[in-house]
Amino acid sequence: MELAAKHFKASATKALADAQLQKALGNVEKGFIGKRKKAADALPEFEALRDNARDIKNHVLAHLDLYLEEYEAKVTASGGHVHWAETAEDARRIVLEICQNANAKTVTKGKSMITEEIALNDHLSANGIEPVETDLGEYIIQLRGEHPSHIIAPAVHLNKEQVEDDFRRVHTHLKADRDLSEPVSLLSEAREVLRKRYFAADVGITGANFLIAETGTSVIVTNEGNGDLTQTLGKVHVVVASIEKIVPTLEDTAQILRVLARSATGQDMSVYTTFSTGPKREEDPDGPGEYHVVLLDNGRSSMLGTEYQDMLRCIRCGACMNHCPVYHAVGGHAYGSVYPGPMGAVLTPSLNGIDETGQLPNASTFCGRCESVCPMRIPLPKMMRHWREREFERNLTPSTARYGLKFWAFFAKRPKLYRLAASFGMPLLSMFGGTSRRFKSLPLAGGWTRYRDLPAPEGRTFLQAWAQREALKQEPLNQGAGQ
Amino acid sequence: MSALSNAAAQPRVGLFATCLVDLFRPSVGFASVKLLQQAGCEVHVPVAQTCCGQPAYNTGDRADTREIAEQVIEAFEEFDFVVAPSGSCASMLKKHYPGLFKGDTKWEERATRFSQKCHELISFLTDVMMVRDTGARLDAAITYHDSCSGLRELGVQAQPRKLLSGVEGVEIREMADSDVCCGFGGTFCVKYSDISNAIVTKKVGNIDTSGADMLLAGDLGCLMNMAGKLKRQGSNVEVRHVAEVLAGVTDQPPIAGSGK
Ligand code: SF4
Repeated sequence: MELAAKHFKASATKALADAQLQKALGNVEKGFIGKRKKAADALPEFEALRDNARDIKNHVLAHLDLYLEEYEAKVTASGGHVHWAETAEDARRIVLEICQNANAKTVTKGKSMITEEIALNDHLSANGIEPVETDLGEYIIQLRGEHPSHIIAPAVHLNKEQVEDDFRRVHTHLKADRDLSEPVSLLSEAREVLRKRYFAADVGITGANFLIAETGTSVIVTNEGNGDLTQTLGKVHVVVASIEKIVPTLEDTAQILRVLARSATGQDMSVYTTFSTGPKREEDPDGPGEYHVVLLDNGRSSMLGTEYQDMLRCIRCGACMNHCPVYHAVGGHAYGSVYPGPMGAVLTPSLNGIDETGQLPNASTFCGRCESVCPMRIPLPKMMRHWREREFERNLTPSTARYGLKFWAFFAKRPKLYRLAASFGMPLLSMFGGTSRRFKSLPLAGGWTRYRDLPAPEGRTFLQAWAQREALKQEPLNQGAGQ
Repeated sequence: MSALSNAAAQPRVGLFATCLVDLFRPSVGFASVKLLQQAGCEVHVPVAQTCCGQPAYNTGDRADTREIAEQVIEAFEEFDFVVAPSGSCASMLKKHYPGLFKGDTKWEERATRFSQKCHELISFLTDVMMVRDTGARLDAAITYHDSCSGLRELGVQAQPRKLLSGVEGVEIREMADSDVCCGFGGTFCVKYSDISNAIVTKKVGNIDTSGADMLLAGDLGCLMNMAGKLKRQGSNVEVRHVAEVLAGVTDQPPIAGSGK
């Protein structure tokens, strides 16, 4: 996918003017926030579980190499294959080879952000293999030729009328009088079409929510069961996952699962949690004949040992974007990258470099709500600030902001000069504020006054007024001393 | 005034007025002094103060932030407590200063010791000075906005409400999503003014729906943002810093509005 993050500002402005999108975004706020709160409040140990989940992942990240080796050994022992992909290109090539070896014409896909990250669908299509998304949201997005706008609810930017139109446009076998007015009827329509595709597919590709080192197992959670069908019906199952998805044990997985769905959708557990270990064994009634895991690095190992390491704890629950006022205002597409919202604002520069992605970590009020709900206690604002520091060091910060800041800092660092300037400036500004005590527009303050008035200052500065008040109280001998 | 109970040893408090209060709204500074003195503190206002350094810090300019932080520490470390009428500035001093000096053993320790003395005004009054009642009175239906840094970094939420509910004549009408950002975010509001406007528009809608005739908060940045939007929309909702109401210092015209 083309990285459009550098157009964030323009995309955001467009998104703000899009009435349909704004209406759909209202559902993010209404839908997710209350549900998460209810689920968290209902579980007394929720906060302790968050600490636990964080500790488990921190431990893994400190010994990632060892756990990855253990995982590979276990997968191999169970008859599966592990492929190491350093870059997105490596991963695409490996998956294509596996598909070609299986003579695949069609592959079904369970929802996977990693395959979005490596733009797998385009690569498969370009090589004559048809990828079919099986998650309802992803399926809709695929019909529309779009990208997901949310990591767990890919089509959250659409309303059901738009989906109905798309189905009528593409499912030409539909009778005109078929009722598609409700989410359930849309779902059963998609199911009917997809069911045939599952059986036609030679290869099933899924992501993984966790990779368990102890057992060589991959875990996928869904609410539609499409992950299960994708991975059991094809002859070959390919898991595409990034290296930080490792957890040491089954027990650890159970711990993190307890915070995942609660944070994401407010469920105690997702409807389907599927564990797969290796290909079908002789005694198994069904399952894939081949089991492959493609382990993607794509820049992650270079985050280890840096101030961005904590980001590798992310379990992709989406809670941060569900609670982000900026995401609520502009939606996921405005970010112009695979990962939107606060987690994307940290991850995208890590994966793609800061040069063209600098807008993302800047487009935050640092309100801290993302961090307050992140089940893995990832300090998202802190890491966005680190990105701003990298930008500043490399002179990438826009020059108006840079010079404005330098001008201000010059005074902030020189209290005497600052006081002098303020004691002249503020009374003047106060005077210009007139009787209405406000500015409707002010030179150099257009960013502010375009949408809001600027309240006029009271007049003298506080320190000026204070010094005067104190001076009146002082003995004549040491008038104002110490002030 | 019950506050004097703690006055056995008068703590020496350095008031960090914050740049916005200093420049735009001195009445908040005076209200803070009054509240602190009532609570039994000896209040000092060092002249070598400008700003806590947040604009530089959040723009990624660590070098300037550090210089400003050193200046603040030097000016204030002689006091028993350092108090700011702003959650975000107090949080800057308390939570963010030590990290600026990581690896510099001498300064890191100094900054850490300093940070422990720093407090946001309202939480300082209730949690440290054990103030239960400020003795103010005001006839108003107020609604309170929880500014983000104070709320999420310092846990300021119940404290202002507790003190406000003791103000005779005040009725609290909670707005929806009082804990959601108002869209100010320091330089964010000018760098991303479109998005900031969308966020503050929602906030102002919630303020209106609450039916309150006065909006209070503990951070002048957020207050100026919301006041600016309310004014632009022609609303009469009166906007003030919470310290002004708690101190009973409402002689200055409000930041916006004239009440309903
Ligand atoms: S950063 Fe935290 S809240 Fe956001 S998706 Fe990752 S785990 Fe969830």
